Amino acid sequence: MSAVDATAADPTATGGEARRLTEWVFRVRELGIVGAFVLLMVFTAVMEPRFVNADSLRNLALNAAIFAILAAGQTLVIITRNVDLSVGSVLGLAAFMAGDLLSAHPGLAIPAVIVLGMALGAACGALNGVLVTFGQVPALVVTLGTLYAFRGVAFLWTDGRQVNAETLPDAFLNLGTGSILGVPTLAVIALVVVVVVGQALRDFRVGRELYAIGSNPEGARLAGVRSGRRVFWAFVASGALAGLAGVLFTARFGTVDATAGSGYELTVISATVVGGVAIFGGTGSVYGAALGALLLNTITSSLIVLKVDAFWQQAAIGALLLLAIAFDRLVGLRLDAALRRRSALRAG
Amino acid sequence: MIPFGSRARRHLLTTTIAAVAALAVAACGSTKNDSSSSSGSSQSSSTGASANAEAPIKKGLKVVSIPKQLGNPYEEFEHSGVQEAMKELGGSDRIQGSTDAGASSQVPIINSIVQQKPAAIVIAGNDPNAVAPALKQAAQRGIKVVAMDSDVAPDARSVFVNQVTTKLVGQNQVESIAKQIGNKGQIAILSATANATNQNAWIKVMKDTLKDPKYKDIKLVKVAYGDDDDQKSFQQMQGLIQAYPNLKGVISPTTVGVAAAARYLSKSPEKGKVKLTGLGFPNQMRKFVDDGTVDEFQLWVPKDVGYLAGQAAAALASGRITGKPGETFTAGRLGKYTIGPNSEIVLGPLTTFNKENIGKFDF
Amino acid sequence: MPAEAESVTTPAADDAAAAGRSADTTPDADAPRSREGLRAIAGRWETLLVALFIVLLPIGQAISPEFLTSDSFTTGSLDFSEIALMALPLTLVVVAAEIDLSVASVLGLSSALMATLWNGGLPLELIMPLCIVAGGLCGAFNGLLVTRLGLPSLAVTIGTLALFRGLAFVVIGDDSVTDFPAVWTDRAFGNFAGTAVPNVIVLFAVLAVLFAVLLHFTPFGRSVFAIGANEEAAFYSGLRVKRIKLTLFVLSGAVAALAGVVISLRNSTAAANVGVGFELTVVTAVLLGGVSIFGGRGTIGGVILALLLLGGIQKALLLSESISSYWIQIVTGTLLVSSVLGPNLVRRVSDARRRHSTQPTQEVSP
Repeated sequence: MSAVDATAADPTATGGEARRLTEWVFRVRELGIVGAFVLLMVFTAVMEPRFVNADSLRNLALNAAIFAILAAGQTLVIITRNVDLSVGSVLGLAAFMAGDLLSAHPGLAIPAVIVLGMALGAACGALNGVLVTFGQVPALVVTLGTLYAFRGVAFLWTDGRQVNAETLPDAFLNLGTGSILGVPTLAVIALVVVVVVGQALRDFRVGRELYAIGSNPEGARLAGVRSGRRVFWAFVASGALAGLAGVLFTARFGTVDATAGSGYELTVISATVVGGVAIFGGTGSVYGAALGALLLNTITSSLIVLKVDAFWQQAAIGALLLLAIAFDRLVGLRLDAALRRRSALRAG
Repeated sequence: MIPFGSRARRHLLTTTIAAVAALAVAACGSTKNDSSSSSGSSQSSSTGASANAEAPIKKGLKVVSIPKQLGNPYEEFEHSGVQEAMKELGGSDRIQGSTDAGASSQVPIINSIVQQKPAAIVIAGNDPNAVAPALKQAAQRGIKVVAMDSDVAPDARSVFVNQVTTKLVGQNQVESIAKQIGNKGQIAILSATANATNQNAWIKVMKDTLKDPKYKDIKLVKVAYGDDDDQKSFQQMQGLIQAYPNLKGVISPTTVGVAAAARYLSKSPEKGKVKLTGLGFPNQMRKFVDDGTVDEFQLWVPKDVGYLAGQAAAALASGRITGKPGETFTAGRLGKYTIGPNSEIVLGPLTTFNKENIGKFDF
Repeated sequence: MPAEAESVTTPAADDAAAAGRSADTTPDADAPRSREGLRAIAGRWETLLVALFIVLLPIGQAISPEFLTSDSFTTGSLDFSEIALMALPLTLVVVAAEIDLSVASVLGLSSALMATLWNGGLPLELIMPLCIVAGGLCGAFNGLLVTRLGLPSLAVTIGTLALFRGLAFVVIGDDSVTDFPAVWTDRAFGNFAGTAVPNVIVLFAVLAVLFAVLLHFTPFGRSVFAIGANEEAAFYSGLRVKRIKLTLFVLSGAVAALAGVVISLRNSTAAANVGVGFELTVVTAVLLGGVSIFGGRGTIGGVILALLLLGGIQKALLLSESISSYWIQIVTGTLLVSSVLGPNLVRRVSDARRRHSTQPTQEVSP
């Protein structure tokens, strides 16, 4: 069903027309988002010039940063034709753990806290991964269940407490609100994460295997790809990134309670799909997903600034998601047809 | 492919077993069910019995308190006051709530609590009407209902314990911001959830107060909702500043909202230029008072609200009061209180916190 | 193959899904085999649910002496009534290998519409059918996107989840309506003719029978199973797949709107934020009821049992004086996963055993 079906016979092949064509589609899709983003910025700026001043841009980048990191992890999972609904709950757990730890031990090194947060997230992701691969339970069911379960654990752990910005060390809070050379630290971190994950997906064999698993599981298996292992690690990565996002969440907001991250999963999935990662699996890139996160957050901010009734925001995001998947489907069908024509020509 | 007869018959069998089991539970269980189809009569004076101010407080009274939402530190602190009161009076209090502040989330909890037959329920309502039928059920079973902080429908509770009068909250908050912006300029309100009874009541008073000629140069441009969610309040504050470049002041009558707004302001170029006041916890706001983001803010002591509600609940359950306006009772360490109109008991006036006095408080 | 995001499945599981091969604890007996009779009944998913329910009863009673009372049934079932209503059409949707995550948002939109139309002065008797029609239209929207545009229902209904909820807020904003006439609100939370059974549950029972008949005793229902088991085969055998799927989505939307009317009357509150998050519980009930997420398997009876089980667990935990309410979430999540994991593991064990005994050459290892 996906556009890369025709290449699935040898999923790790390099070169060839099919690959170039699909690369081209990736590019176009990503450019499309950038285009939409620019359009939106320009439109809003014209109506309300303050929208593009330095402070406002800084805030846009900050708001999107955490979602961009979550979207990067979600991309890895969705590409393999799975989904991870538990990211919001994992973020909440990691956020509270980070805040709790630092409040009790302000002397803890910040990198240590980050590593611990990611480890917690990775453990959650591993649970998801085991259930999906070894237990053969569909990802939708597993992560729906862990969404509930992890959130419940978060509530038990917090037991009505709340982490306050007051009790967190300033150095940590600066991570969330400070800047490096004028660019918000969080945005820099998000950028680094997106680039690292994006390039890994693009340049390494592991990445190509993930695409193969998503676009043609049977073919991938026959070609010797160790699907179970790859999918497991995709979930671990998604969890680890959600853990990172959680720690950064605490750094940014300072005040964390059991409900941190509630409802994030749907926004993240929407961002990822809008960013060109097909829910079917097999296509899309981390860059697109990050751009999708940026676009969605900008829409929210832009609607507020344009004094559009806040109530239209949710409807707008829903409509955007529907447009994105409809568009992708059309593109996918065209691409499919084009690839088939080419291989028919070559064969005939 | 799908054989029909035997499988369908098996379906029928298991489904029938299930249905019969459920109905058996329903039918054979002790039928203490008064018909719940009537909407229940008003609680306050239906007991008929008059108050006996000398009646002793019954020992071992069990009270259940229902916050708006679990995991909310303000609620936790407030309800700890109920526990303090009950402990003092030789009874006990248990907190039971839901994890979200939805309008009807408290209903299943009330229903279950009613089955446990406590002496009284103390509730901070998420929505005045959604919980009313369930509370009236409770009243019919002889359980006393005390609303606290966020009221419910008046005929669904015996008394309502209010921290300050609604009027004073609205007025004091407007006065606070007006003073800080020199009685002139645009202001906005950053509220909590759109349904919350207390928020809406205060906002209404604020709007009425602003009609006073003294405030004719102050314009309320927007009421934004942060849903008592930290990030949402943060973003709403951000949006307000951007959408209204001439904004001079913000009132945020919610502890989550004012803390998030202060945090945003303290790192933005508008710090000191846009004034912020609201209802905040001293411990959360101290930092922002110290660094100049906030000049003053206000609140009451939430634990005292809970304490008063607990005392009232015990007094009701022991027959000392029936909830009629005019009755008086002694609320432990807080002293003597008189029940006001609409069966409302008011804790006292707002406390203003600023640089001078904030060091004295720890909550 | 169903056009969904699926987990990575090995060919063995793929075959099982496609051919509808039943394992020991699946509720499908489309291969009448030697394991008829008692063993078949014992191996069925519904039996497991009944067993769990029976186990729950004394545990619940130990947690609180108030558990096994008619009050518990009355209030517990009322709490779950909207979830129960929405689970009925969703069962058919999932059997057809689709999903509808927008049901709670349709419920909210219906409630918001109720409020707006009531403020506009329309009588309730007119408002209620209008809301249900609106729900049907929402369902049609979902259905058309899935059937005409070929979009995956998971993604579509995630989008409409946001869209419909957003529209609910656009319609009524932050307002709520709380002054519905007592005659209707009393009916909505009242009991049936003096028994301990709420009116709403009677409504549910009637609908449950209708849906059970529809799914298990009519050609339409058989088509739904066929579509879920193998959509292409169903299509080539002449079934009007698109029309049937569209009907299912319309039903899902209409019943969700009905649930919206019911909950608004029951709580005397119609607003846009009613029912947020319900969809997860509804899906949990359906999956726990033994309906396969891959389609082609499932029973209304199983879903009813699952609803009883979930409702009972929630009631027991609510009645507990010491167990925190947070456990409800953990238990629900674990149950959900176990409901699929359990049969998988059992099947793998029995497959392994069979392999060892017969030594075939072509069983694929997991």
